[in-house]
Amino acid sequence: MERNQSSRDNKTARRKFYDRTFAMLGLLATFIGLITLFALMIDLATDGAGRLSRQFLLSFPSRFPEQAGILSAWVGTTLVMLVTALTAVPLGVAAGVYLEEYAPKNWLTALIEINIANLAGVPSIVYGLMALGLFVYQLRLGHSILTAGLTLALLILPIVIVATREAIRAVPGIMREAAYALGATKWQMVKDHVLPYSTGGILTGVIIALSRAIGETAPLITIGALTFIAFLPDSPVKPEFPFISFDWLMSPFTVMPIQMFNWVSRPQEEFHLNAAATGLVLMVMTLAMNALAIYLRYRFRKRIRW
Amino acid sequence: MMPCFTPMNHAETAHATAATRQFAARSSTRRPGERVVEALLFLSALSSIGITVGIVGILLYESFSFFSHVSVVEFLTDTQWTVLFADPHYGIMPLVAGTVVTSAVALLVALPLGTVIAIYLSEYASHRVREIIKPALEMLSAVPTVVFGYFALLLVTPLLQRLLPDLPGFNMLSAGIVIGIMIIPYVSSLSEDAMRAVPVQIREGSYAMGATRLQTALRVLVPSAFSGIASAYVLGFSRAVGETMVVAIAAGQQPNLTLNPMQGAATITAYIVQVSLGDLPHGSVAYQSIFAAGLTLMLMTLVFNIAGYLLRKKFREIY
Repeated sequence: MERNQSSRDNKTARRKFYDRTFAMLGLLATFIGLITLFALMIDLATDGAGRLSRQFLLSFPSRFPEQAGILSAWVGTTLVMLVTALTAVPLGVAAGVYLEEYAPKNWLTALIEINIANLAGVPSIVYGLMALGLFVYQLRLGHSILTAGLTLALLILPIVIVATREAIRAVPGIMREAAYALGATKWQMVKDHVLPYSTGGILTGVIIALSRAIGETAPLITIGALTFIAFLPDSPVKPEFPFISFDWLMSPFTVMPIQMFNWVSRPQEEFHLNAAATGLVLMVMTLAMNALAIYLRYRFRKRIRW
Repeated sequence: MMPCFTPMNHAETAHATAATRQFAARSSTRRPGERVVEALLFLSALSSIGITVGIVGILLYESFSFFSHVSVVEFLTDTQWTVLFADPHYGIMPLVAGTVVTSAVALLVALPLGTVIAIYLSEYASHRVREIIKPALEMLSAVPTVVFGYFALLLVTPLLQRLLPDLPGFNMLSAGIVIGIMIIPYVSSLSEDAMRAVPVQIREGSYAMGATRLQTALRVLVPSAFSGIASAYVLGFSRAVGETMVVAIAAGQQPNLTLNPMQGAATITAYIVQVSLGDLPHGSVAYQSIFAAGLTLMLMTLVFNIAGYLLRKKFREIY
């Protein structure tokens, strides 16, 4: 009887020991991820910070590593992101609104929903292949900023749609009933009530989606982005009539991740430093965008009390 | 045509939504603009299907031209992939091997770590800790992949070379490890969501029987949340297989039929990047070969997704 008791105590002690060991293991595993993130930042900062200067940001790439800069890369990134945002945001928000507010329960809606879920698992380089075949050669848009922007827009479309749907779902049904009760039509209800209330959530999703698009490299290489560009696209603003020009859309381009890839792939050590500096700029941009998104989510969550 | 609303309270919301639907249907016939808006919104939603059709269509169309030059048998059985050489061989096996090895290394890193993190965050960590750690981990998946490539080539490989002096500068081991760390958040976030979705009564039932947190997690929660965890694993696999920049930078770009992670080898994705960086004439066999490679990649993820779906269906728990 006594032996039974002590063996049971033993077992309990062992189970508790395993339980606590696992707690340590879990903490350790979590820290591996966090430490990597930290090491990544430190590594980039120690290698690249020395190269960061005004001259680095305002120079074109060059054969000489110490004269090279990322001017054409960040201008390219900005313009591509502009096209991406202008395409993906209206399309994604409209699709999200349709699926949440309008879609009837039928096979077509179910198909669209399954399809969006599956698109999230498609490798990004496959979007690049599709854009190469469709935009570059079938529609003859060339290896241009327009093609790049559209490609990335399609890539982030599922993220924007899912974020929009979640934001809209958080708007309580009473708000809709109230709008209807005052005689609003469905679209009036959506545009005057549902969309304004869900702007915060949608914005958060859009920023996260764009931060994903900024770092994408593979699909843009696939559509034939150049790795060495020593000129800027046409200015969108002109001094003479009609003042606005869209020639830049058709311009060849490079973006920051491609510039970084190009420098990493060279054997010379000096170019690796340039790559680290570019990576540092990229990291700061994406992390800042993500931090902004987290902050916005936190603020909107706090402000709205239904 | 007066819409008639009865006064309602919260308990009648189901009833109410039916009434609002009816009302909305009437008001939309009243204003023609409503119909136009609805049609535009519908077309936007339909565009997502257009993407899939575009992807599948282009891949099949270009691959079809490729397979009119190269037999499917050669594609599947030849052991060399030397498309750009004077004597071209079109055997996809070396690229598939490279992809499988890097993904396997990545999953060996990401699945155990991701699962342990998920259990830790859902069962052990306090609310505060979770609110800090989860976004921080998700930052890991926000880092551009090309930065991870830099990290693999210039930091992880030299570190590994200290342990394994024979390791070449380009190797699949370091690329795989870095991809693994990169996809941890995909695995841990989705798995944790699945575990937290398990009803609290099931968890409390287990504690009431005297189980520890670990026993509850391993014997009750993981089996109950299995379908969600399986989707997390499948997504992790899709990411690992489709990952491009890390392998293109750190694993080398030589097709190499080997299962040894200590060697360098090109993956399917690295090959596509390598060809795209050159200036291949549109319509050449080499140009079409990247679409055949892309199709192979899609089929690999598709097979895994279907396997994951079947697994989920078999083990789905309904509360």
